[in-house]
Amino acid sequence: MDRRHFLRGLGVLGCSVAAHPLLTTVTMAGADGARSLGDQRLIVIILRGGMDGLDIVQPQGDPDFATLRPTLLASQAHDLDGYFRLHPAMGDLMPLWQAGQLGFVHATSSPYRDKRSHFEGQDMLEAGTGMDVPLLQVKDGWLNRFLQSQQGLTSETAYSIGQVAMPLLEGAAEVRNWSPETTLLLSPQARLLFEKVYHDDPLFQAAAMEAMELADAGDIGMMAQTPLKVAGVQLADIEMLVDYAAGKLRQDARIAAFSMSGWDTHRNQADGLPRSLTRLQYAILRLQSGLGAEVWGKTMVLAMTEFGRTARENGTAGTDHGTGGVMVMAGGALRGGKVYGPWPGLSEANLYDRRDVMPTSDVRAWAAHAMQALYGIDRATLQGSVFPGLQMGTDPKFVL
Amino acid sequence: MSNPSTLAAVRFGCGLPFPPNAPETPESILTVLAGPDLMAQAWPIAGHARYVEIIGEMRDLRLSGLDRKSPEMIAAREVFIEQTQAAARDAAVATFARAIDAPDGFRERLVNFWGDHFSVLATRKLETMFPFAMIEDAVRPHLNGLFSDMLVAVSLHPAMLVYLDQSSSIGPNSRLGKKQSKGLNENLAREVIELHSLGVGAAYSQTDVTELARLLAGITIGPTGEMIFDERKAEPGPKTLLGKTYTAGGLDDVRAALRDLALHPGTAKHVARKLAVHFVSDTPDEALVAAVGDAYHSSGGDLMATYAAMLYHPAAWVNATTKVRQPFDFIVACCRAIGMTGADIQALNYKIFKVVILDTMAVMGQPFKRPAGPNGFPEEAEEWITPQGLARRITWAMRAPTRLVNPLPDPVTLAQSCLADRASEGLLWAAARAEDISQGVGLVLASAEFNRR
Repeated sequence: MDRRHFLRGLGVLGCSVAAHPLLTTVTMAGADGARSLGDQRLIVIILRGGMDGLDIVQPQGDPDFATLRPTLLASQAHDLDGYFRLHPAMGDLMPLWQAGQLGFVHATSSPYRDKRSHFEGQDMLEAGTGMDVPLLQVKDGWLNRFLQSQQGLTSETAYSIGQVAMPLLEGAAEVRNWSPETTLLLSPQARLLFEKVYHDDPLFQAAAMEAMELADAGDIGMMAQTPLKVAGVQLADIEMLVDYAAGKLRQDARIAAFSMSGWDTHRNQADGLPRSLTRLQYAILRLQSGLGAEVWGKTMVLAMTEFGRTARENGTAGTDHGTGGVMVMAGGALRGGKVYGPWPGLSEANLYDRRDVMPTSDVRAWAAHAMQALYGIDRATLQGSVFPGLQMGTDPKFVL
Repeated sequence: MSNPSTLAAVRFGCGLPFPPNAPETPESILTVLAGPDLMAQAWPIAGHARYVEIIGEMRDLRLSGLDRKSPEMIAAREVFIEQTQAAARDAAVATFARAIDAPDGFRERLVNFWGDHFSVLATRKLETMFPFAMIEDAVRPHLNGLFSDMLVAVSLHPAMLVYLDQSSSIGPNSRLGKKQSKGLNENLAREVIELHSLGVGAAYSQTDVTELARLLAGITIGPTGEMIFDERKAEPGPKTLLGKTYTAGGLDDVRAALRDLALHPGTAKHVARKLAVHFVSDTPDEALVAAVGDAYHSSGGDLMATYAAMLYHPAAWVNATTKVRQPFDFIVACCRAIGMTGADIQALNYKIFKVVILDTMAVMGQPFKRPAGPNGFPEEAEEWITPQGLARRITWAMRAPTRLVNPLPDPVTLAQSCLADRASEGLLWAAARAEDISQGVGLVLASAEFNRR
């Protein structure tokens, strides 16, 4: 039986519940007169765990690098610009680099300093605030505040995808939350009864309505086509996530956010990091193919992490929590083929706290410049409400 | 209005209906908690000693001259892995059985609370049983004692040492550190301060983290699989943590430092808020938090006094249930509601148990004993009742009970027995109009009032 057809029977069902709030919402979501954000797409990937920027984009031209990383130096790294090399596990991205559709910001970080806690670091990265604002006071994320600044957007504009919560997109502006492998099969009668049951609890009511709506849209029970693992690295979950994002972005969505974990490489980094990099590389390439040439050409992917890691290897062939790190950028809207950001150097005196890469830029400034270029928002809004207190500085012009 | 015994069951227990002899008032809840751990006796779970036994057999084989890569050794290793995995499987079943059967629901809820506070997960096959063993050895025995004892026991437990990389941290100026030019791994030190004691909001610095890492250097897992203090890895010299200097060296210093952390005012505040958030509200009444924190502080971290301050506080008994049962508590409460007992859970084929219960918990956002990080699972209702999270609960509530009990209970009777006076008119109305009995059961178990606590 065709499930979607089955669910559409709803409209003609005679029942004691007269009003049908579900259908109202469906209509509202595609309401007339709703404005779209333009044609550009922004995808934000939060890399949870603290990605070691020094190992991804290796400053081989820095005289102190080899001393700091005696065992971690990978021999097969790909030359980027004569000074930096790319970790070998990301080699499949070299054609993108050569096409100017891959770039990096080095030595960047959120304003978070000193305690080096994953949880605070991620909270601050997603809140988009500085050290001057107590995190508990921030109730929304910067990407949501950006949406709030744009009047009249539909709820289809932004998607928060996956089972991991994305505080980045939480807040007053309506966004969609869905995890593509979820199923929800309800008979028409069951739907009506659930509406009744959830009627007095706004949290349950809203979640149930959105779930039923998304289930109707055929977004459910997607199966990955790739085998669960490729060369020992799990990719099926990434594939489902990215395919779902690409599907939405080809339609009305303009913004998507999801997260990838696996970056907290305290030990045996040479074993663990390549897995996570393979997954990130796969996500980028799958986005490119899933979006198609035209949409990819209008797309900016920003992959950012809560902090970088210690410049020195630790005692267990890994690295500990640090400060400055790398943001990965990709997409047809990027002026890539370049490692952006002033390089601070790795001599002991140039390290932050004598241990971490010194941040030379605020990662929020890059996101702000991207949003300004992609969507034409003014600097005052970006520095005022989206990233309160941020000084964006000169436009690095990395968006085409 | 809800009567207090219903609230006792949903807010501080494992749900209704109450098992026989269940305490229903603050006084009786505390009395039972101070008594013997009956569920641990009824449903035993292997502690770390079992792992030591298994590892011992493996070691004996190796010492008898078998090469590590010999076929005999590889086969034996498979057997050992299977033994630890069997221990973990039994422990998972017993964990559910205990919560479902427990008259003393508050104890099981506390086990879960502290287990989450001290989150660990197993990454290697041979260590699958570690998270369960740690709870058995280091959490349950200290539930009704002193927090400092729990902190010491957990911080020195092999499960924690492995999970937070302590077993490979080496003092840079230690004998081994100088010889191999190796150094500290500050992971455990950081989480002990940030998550387990003071909390990230407290006043401490990177220096304190490093100093605690220097104190902890030397603690590792010995060849028998037990925690040892390896002098060759110990960092020499005094260490200064939060203004206090430790000079004795060795495990004594470590224990003293951990006890000082447990008694720090920041820890009282952190523990008080976490308890109030877990049991009462995502945004708890500040007077409640203060009362619990004061009780902790003035009693020197006596947990019974701390719980008493919460249970006797009027704010802990507000009628509105704004929290949401996390997937483990949700499934336990469902099992209880549909009339299952611990013995029924144990009688399930393990495959069914895994598919119907453990795998479902994962897609509800709470993979069993596998939090994403050492900070455990989130508390906020909004984190759990997302469109996909609720879709999973609805689907499970409608489909799983038929695989667990036969016959299914009448939906209206079910609503009355598992919600008592909390069942809303709307729910009773809907339960009576379901198309079939599994849908009716699903409506009750997926209802907001059943999922709230």
